[in-house]
Amino acid sequence: MERKIRVLLAKPGLDGHDRGVKVIAAAMRDAGLEVIYLGLRQTPEMVVEAAVQEDVDAIGLSILSGAHMTLFPQTVELLKQKGAGRIILFGGGIIPQEDMDKLEKMGVGKLFGPGTTTGEIIEYIKSATRGRRKEEAIF
Amino acid sequence: MAEKSFLDEVKKERKQWEEKNSTKNNDKKFTTISGMEIKDLYTPIDTADINYFRDINFPGEYPYTRGVRPTMYRGRMWTMRQFSGFATPRLTNERYKFLLARGQTGLSVAYDMPTLMGYDSDHPFSKGEVGICGVAVDSLKDMEILFDGISLKDISTSMTINGPAPIIFAFYVACAEKQNASLQNLRGTCQTDILKEYMAQKEWIFPPQPSMRLIVDMMKFCTQNMPKYNYVSISGYHIREAGSTAVQELAFTLADGFAYVEAGLKAGLEIDEFAPRLSFFFNSHLDFFEEIAKFRAARRIWARHMRERYKARKPESWLLRFHTQTAGVSLTAQQPENNIIRTAFEALAAVLGGTQSLHTNSMDETWALPTEKAAQIALRTQQLIAYETGVANTVDPLGGSYFIESLTNKMEQEAEKYFEEIEKRGGVIKCLEEGYFQKEIAEAAYRYQQELEKKEKIIVGINEFVIENEKLDMPILKIDESTEKEQLESINKVKQMRDNDKVRRALEDLKKAASNSENTIPRLIECAKCYATEGEITEVLKSVFGEYHEPAWF
Repeated sequence: MERKIRVLLAKPGLDGHDRGVKVIAAAMRDAGLEVIYLGLRQTPEMVVEAAVQEDVDAIGLSILSGAHMTLFPQTVELLKQKGAGRIILFGGGIIPQEDMDKLEKMGVGKLFGPGTTTGEIIEYIKSATRGRRKEEAIF
Repeated sequence: MAEKSFLDEVKKERKQWEEKNSTKNNDKKFTTISGMEIKDLYTPIDTADINYFRDINFPGEYPYTRGVRPTMYRGRMWTMRQFSGFATPRLTNERYKFLLARGQTGLSVAYDMPTLMGYDSDHPFSKGEVGICGVAVDSLKDMEILFDGISLKDISTSMTINGPAPIIFAFYVACAEKQNASLQNLRGTCQTDILKEYMAQKEWIFPPQPSMRLIVDMMKFCTQNMPKYNYVSISGYHIREAGSTAVQELAFTLADGFAYVEAGLKAGLEIDEFAPRLSFFFNSHLDFFEEIAKFRAARRIWARHMRERYKARKPESWLLRFHTQTAGVSLTAQQPENNIIRTAFEALAAVLGGTQSLHTNSMDETWALPTEKAAQIALRTQQLIAYETGVANTVDPLGGSYFIESLTNKMEQEAEKYFEEIEKRGGVIKCLEEGYFQKEIAEAAYRYQQELEKKEKIIVGINEFVIENEKLDMPILKIDESTEKEQLESINKVKQMRDNDKVRRALEDLKKAASNSENTIPRLIECAKCYATEGEITEVLKSVFGEYHEPAWF
């Protein structure tokens, strides 16, 4: 049987707005994904450490404070350093389109803005994970 | 209460009316945004149990359902108080002057995330967050710049600060004293409501017990020295933003209020000494009548509990005075101009609900802090309601409506059920520690999201009336890196010019006060006056009180 998709969700930085991340955690759980929610005030180091230990398929960061241009690049860098580049890094929050484009170029996966349905996010995780697992099976 | 024969007649006639018009053949449920079911029609039957003098009465009379003042807006318009702060104290000071010049009548300070969490701008955790969500304030110096040219003795100022509330309050007091304002006459509000932080907003520093002790310190200090100052603003706003229903917002907020009352009593204060300066802060969401009923019910519940349960004797102790902010969470990033209209409806509900002061959100706030133009439209929305619509001409214009009175009763009854549940579970702090409120709120938020995705509830521009491939066509306020740089330079300058020995001694005195039962507020004011920074003071208090960590629930 195929292993369940494991997703780690966290809120990095000082931002305390956790309504969205909790809704997404509950929706993912109900869709049959395995969800690890780290909670608030996580540093990129804590997030990457936990992701590697828990051997997750994806990391989702929720940032509504405007600190996305600091926290996403730090996380990408740490994943590379730990040789965990296979983990999909996605996220959501108040992120202007131009910043989304810049972050995508740095290797961040899809970033979701306000008004996104939980279904869209789950679909994305499922297909991105499937794609990643296939690549790993080939190499 | 209505005559029985009259009610029997209404019942009979209503039945006939239903049959004649076949109004019952519709299975569709109609609910408020919070999921409360609403009937097709309200009649005298729905208000039959109401006793006018006991339950509604005149404005300014117990239980204040119709308003806390006899003349309401005929006597004095609500305070137009826009929550505002961004980047550096210098830039925010300019924005305050802009808003005051356009007729704003009160100030309200929005601090950035590091300030809210007790970190200086030069702390590693502050990187990327300085001045983004509000204004950065590190020491008294920043407070002096923030209020430069604004006379604190003449304008009431509200500050949204909770975890480090006593520290920022001390900066404010020190600043006012430098302006030669007398503390006796200083008007304003410090939010200081830590309980809702653990519940919903999540900007805490210390664990619940020492946080409650700090609030009691504020209570005692203000009761003695600042009789016109609201030392706490018991807030439902953030509970609602985190996803609660209207009833949960009402019940959890008032439960927090009761917890503060009990903390004051336990500290040996007399109820009538401190209760008159307890103030409140609610959300005004989109469901128009539900919100109005919520505000009316809040006043009645508070008055009843204060008089009957806590035996307050002074009428001022029975009054629930409140500030309102329109619901940030109801705004959409899509077709953002529509937010002007949403905000206007919400502001109107707050006014019809009898608010004492009001903040209206700007249309661009799902994207960033507002531009000058957006902030001006938001303020103008209030001025339109106040001076053009005529709704302020009479007190509680919806009082007596079968629907509104029945909904007000329902809100009160549902809130009372929550009070019982909280009591049964061991009180507010126990419930917080066990995550009861957090889970109730998260479940309500999830339920609502599911309703949106099934289109059981419609939000214009989100799940209906969508514009495909919409391009954002609105200027957005950007905070660039120069803010962090300017703030770092400023904090370095402060540390160079101050007397560091004096700072060290003041911090030691504070530590002593915090470690025993001495009131910390005068010590904090001393620290403020010698330009100790917020981060330095927080570190000292953390060394005594420890830090709070929340288990991660979802």
